[in-house]
Amino acid sequence: MTVSPDPAGLADAAGLADAAALAVVGRPLVHDSAVKHVQGAAAYIDDIAEPARTLQVVPGHAPSAARGRILSIDLDRVRAAPGVVAVLTAADVPGINDCSPSVGGDPVFAEGRILFHGQVVFAVAAETRDQARRAARLAAIEVEAETPAVTVDDALDRNTEVLPPYEFRKGEVVAALDASPARIGGTFRIGGQEHFYLEGQAALAVPGEDGDMLVHTSTQHPTEVQHITAKVLGLPDAAVVAECRRMGGGFGGKESQATQWAVIAALVARATGRPAKIRLDRDDDMIMTGKRHDFRVDWEAGHDADGRLTGVDVAFYGRCGYSADLSLGVNDRTMFHADNAYNYPAARIHSRRLLTDTVSNTAFRGFGGPQGTVFAERVMDEIAVRLGLDPLTVRKRNFYAPAGDTTPYGMPVEDNIIHDLVAELERTSDYWVRREAVKAFNASNRILKKGLALTPVKFGISFTLIHLNQAGALVHVYSDGSIMVNHGGTEMGQGLYLKVAQVVAEEFGVGIERVKITATTTAKVPNTSPTAASSGSDLNGMAARIAAGAIRARMAAVAAAEFGVPAEEVRFRDGRVFGGNASIGFGDLAKKAYLARVQLSEAGFYKTPEIHWDRPSATGRPFFYFAYGASCTEVTVDTLTGEMRVDRVDLLHDVGRSLNPALDIGQIEGAFVQGMGWLTTEELVFDRAGRLRTHAPSTYKIPTASDVPADFRTALFESGGCRADTIYRSKAVGEPPLMLANSVLSAVFDALAALRPGRVPPLNAPATPEAILTAAKAMRSD
Amino acid sequence: MSAPRTAVRYLSAGRVIEVADFPPMTTLLDHIRLERRRTGTKEGCGEGDCGACTVAVGRPVDGRMVYQPVNACIALLGQIDGCELVTVEDLAAREGRLHPIQAAMVEKHGSQCGFCTPGIVMSLFVLYHGDGPVDRKAVTDQLAGNLCRCTGYRPIVDAALEACAGRGPGSVDAIAAAEAETIAGLAAIDDGRDLMVGTAESFFAAPASIASLAALVAAHPDATLVAGATDVGLWITKQLRHLPKIIALGRVAGLDAIADHPDRLEIGATATFAAAEAAIGAIDPDLAELWRRIGSKQVRASGTVGGNIANGSPIGDSPPALIALGAELELQCGPDLRRLPLEDYFLAYGRQDRRPGEFVRRVIVPKLGPGQVFRAYKISKRFDQDISAVMGAFRLTLDGGRIAAARIAFGGMAGTPKRAAATEAALVGADPADPATWAPALAAIRTDYVPLSDMRASAAYRSEVAAALLEKALIESAGAATDLTRITGQREARLDRVA
Repeated sequence: MTVSPDPAGLADAAGLADAAALAVVGRPLVHDSAVKHVQGAAAYIDDIAEPARTLQVVPGHAPSAARGRILSIDLDRVRAAPGVVAVLTAADVPGINDCSPSVGGDPVFAEGRILFHGQVVFAVAAETRDQARRAARLAAIEVEAETPAVTVDDALDRNTEVLPPYEFRKGEVVAALDASPARIGGTFRIGGQEHFYLEGQAALAVPGEDGDMLVHTSTQHPTEVQHITAKVLGLPDAAVVAECRRMGGGFGGKESQATQWAVIAALVARATGRPAKIRLDRDDDMIMTGKRHDFRVDWEAGHDADGRLTGVDVAFYGRCGYSADLSLGVNDRTMFHADNAYNYPAARIHSRRLLTDTVSNTAFRGFGGPQGTVFAERVMDEIAVRLGLDPLTVRKRNFYAPAGDTTPYGMPVEDNIIHDLVAELERTSDYWVRREAVKAFNASNRILKKGLALTPVKFGISFTLIHLNQAGALVHVYSDGSIMVNHGGTEMGQGLYLKVAQVVAEEFGVGIERVKITATTTAKVPNTSPTAASSGSDLNGMAARIAAGAIRARMAAVAAAEFGVPAEEVRFRDGRVFGGNASIGFGDLAKKAYLARVQLSEAGFYKTPEIHWDRPSATGRPFFYFAYGASCTEVTVDTLTGEMRVDRVDLLHDVGRSLNPALDIGQIEGAFVQGMGWLTTEELVFDRAGRLRTHAPSTYKIPTASDVPADFRTALFESGGCRADTIYRSKAVGEPPLMLANSVLSAVFDALAALRPGRVPPLNAPATPEAILTAAKAMRSD
Repeated sequence: MSAPRTAVRYLSAGRVIEVADFPPMTTLLDHIRLERRRTGTKEGCGEGDCGACTVAVGRPVDGRMVYQPVNACIALLGQIDGCELVTVEDLAAREGRLHPIQAAMVEKHGSQCGFCTPGIVMSLFVLYHGDGPVDRKAVTDQLAGNLCRCTGYRPIVDAALEACAGRGPGSVDAIAAAEAETIAGLAAIDDGRDLMVGTAESFFAAPASIASLAALVAAHPDATLVAGATDVGLWITKQLRHLPKIIALGRVAGLDAIADHPDRLEIGATATFAAAEAAIGAIDPDLAELWRRIGSKQVRASGTVGGNIANGSPIGDSPPALIALGAELELQCGPDLRRLPLEDYFLAYGRQDRRPGEFVRRVIVPKLGPGQVFRAYKISKRFDQDISAVMGAFRLTLDGGRIAAARIAFGGMAGTPKRAAATEAALVGADPADPATWAPALAAIRTDYVPLSDMRASAAYRSEVAAALLEKALIESAGAATDLTRITGQREARLDRVA
């Protein structure tokens, strides 16, 4: 492992002035696989050397149908195609034909009905992938076509839901709005988002003895792959091992929806006795797997003459697709974040989970939270336009107090640092000077308009499904002093493996190079939670620390006996162990401990304290703590064409005391750009027949290098550490910074608002050139 | 003439790789990953849009090795005949020291999940190996065809700038160190012979001369002609079309010639966008910017101007600009040549005026004359590497401040690239400085086109934008500085650079 110097002064930036006692935690070490990444030596599923006789598997669907009864499935030509070894359908499932992560309703293979365009009906296994792909197109599937519900509005018209509605209430919102000096409201639409992980969905299943199955899978949730593979194959969980060394990106798209592909590979392996690999073609991947939920938001809010909210009444209509998948948690999290950083004196937050005949929408970085926060920002922006106030002024007037306020779901906000954080960004971004410059620019330009926005983020950390807030780790110290660490978290590029290794190295007082990082496998740590909800290092870091701490205590006892000092005086640092005036190398102590018959292996277990949530009554404390951040974005809009350019971005984000500031900055910047894509160029287009028309990077446009402004400033907020007792007082960082991109949408709104003061730009997300031009035209119309 | 060679030969890590037996449609990526079992090069999309499969293809030019980035997923194996292939495994020196680009990517935290990284490293290797100045713009241009979903690109751009700033003697660059050896190795396999792998029913052919090409096309009018394969590659990887006979044009001597005359450019059919970039860009800054936004570096390195025309796509970006300039197309059948105005080549959606046995020979592009103003605008959801929703090109001939003649062509507004005949007529006599005189033209452009709605834009948006672009062209023709009229592709920047 390479230990990089600290050229950027990142350790200081992380607020580690008092962290001198830490040797490894808090250092900006480079990603443990970086040297392999740059040489193409890091292996993903498709790179694993295939066992002899591995079959290549391709899923098949009914290209013409989005909804309707299956009249016939003719696969004769598929079976007769060159190289084809097996063709499987629902009839070939030995166990239960369902790969749902939640309440069921996700058939591995369609049975009886087509539920969305792209639904898998069969799988073909052939000697080569090309043979399998060609064969898959030879199927003849007859469907009694019905008109699909494609959009939120279709589903509202049809009144179909995947799950019952849910609601938070705080105070008497109707009365509060009735008593408000001013009321505003409207309908706001927020688009979905394709994950576009660079490595598509993939799995390799290798059959073993007694029907056992080893599944190499690109998943954020190996345990779920294991359990569902067992269920579908009709095996006990213990007969299946799911393993993942790394993913080429996940972003939530491999939380629940990596499972189906692993299961299909395992079904083929079971049916043929041969190893089987599946790797989705990009177009299939985009058509067959779910996305970020798109929303229609109908809302009303009241405010006073200073722009302070009196109440918010909002309904979130989420497009879930054909099944529940993770939509309960996603839509709940939208509700949990409908307030973002703002105090709603009274609120009704209503949510409907709409069933459409489209692919089942799923987890995506932020898990519904971004849609909630972007709504809250829209409310602030509209109040500002109505009152002719600066949007930042309105925002600040509505922030939660530093302590004492309560969210619409009854949780007190006790750790609020948004005031200080925003004040700092206001200063470092030079907001007010630039505000004047933007006004001057807009006053003298007809075609181009500039916009500026500074928006906050507050994001609740913990799985709102409380039982998921647990983690296990397995740490071994070998008798040469080398250390192996394994835990339930998965690596998708975020650097979780490195962060946990840093924690373990710190615990043993050794260099990071002594800690061997290994693939996540259900054979080592069972019953794990998905690597999701930004919880990876909070949970697994703590579990690994507990395991390492237990071993260290035993080793300290050995050293204490050796040195004749009390165990509590034994110190582990710099690869040695000290007691009194003596010391011993860590490896030598490990050897002594082994000879003394001391256990050098430990399973650590951690569960997040203090959290509880009673969903039926919507009460409790669902989050261990909140993560905060703010961003300031300046844009220029071409009001003739709707084109938009981001000119400058300033990010300030709270990671507590960083475990690794380089990794954290990578998460912050990457999340911002991903969020910026969601709100600008990334547009999912479904046609009326329910077919996704943007199913490849040629038509679905994620940001490129030139979309990121040259003036892009990122800093970590010096908070003094998480107030909750987290691993080294760090904070979760995977998801919260995605919502920093809300400032991009607000800046576009601000630019459009300059076209006619007092009029609200009807801007929906994503702000594509067409969406911007549509809003600009409305601003100019009479 | 000697008999054709029957095996593809290329250089890889100093060794000659000879492949005698392969299906004609074999992609370079499948060859690398499945046959050679080198898995560093990744497949991300299979359509040349994400760049994860980027490799460098080297050719000797004037005694130096010149590398181009290539999307291996849509390139055909046979196309690298006679070239050096460099993949990500080849960059580090033998003793394991990383190439400067690799080292900088590690140090700057330029990888997260790592899946796009090999492609990014290869694109940046090409940039590093080139001798042009490297600023931020050069880096983002180089990376336009490499998608990263994790980092937000900032550390990657930083890595590229730092590594390229350290170019020169003393840098650890195994590829550069082996340059003389590589050139000698390539010379040894450069036999100038026609290449013909396969049978008369199924073959990959790469003729070496125009005469051989003409004979082969005449003998196999059903064969698929492939220039850069940036479109045909997708027929293979996405449509799973069966193309048993492939005639690759890349080795045909002289077919890629670019002749720069005082009044016109003649661009040979197989001249790549990259090769034509400087000459086209010299005609007008908007052409330079348009060229920069066609595809990506990878696409422009392989894709050809002739191919962009020949395949007749309604969304090709070069035809509207070339039509507005008054370009002509030259086609060849056997020994016979014919010319036609470029707009006449596009008959209808999916139908072009190319007869059996005929191939595109060259395109003749008039330069701007006195009093002529040129403007081109590409409107797409994303600036770089996107397909136009609307592409508009204008050539206005001014006389005494009034428009004496106009040639206007749009892409994305009809089933073919199409001229705006009514608008052109309505502009005659208009004054760019007097908006009151534009009204007939702004009305006419809404009758010239009846666009469709698709995933890129609605018909209403397209119509709106077409009129807006006309308005913009007029405002700019009257002298408005483009930093006040555009948010991208400002002409002043390019003019400054030229100056």
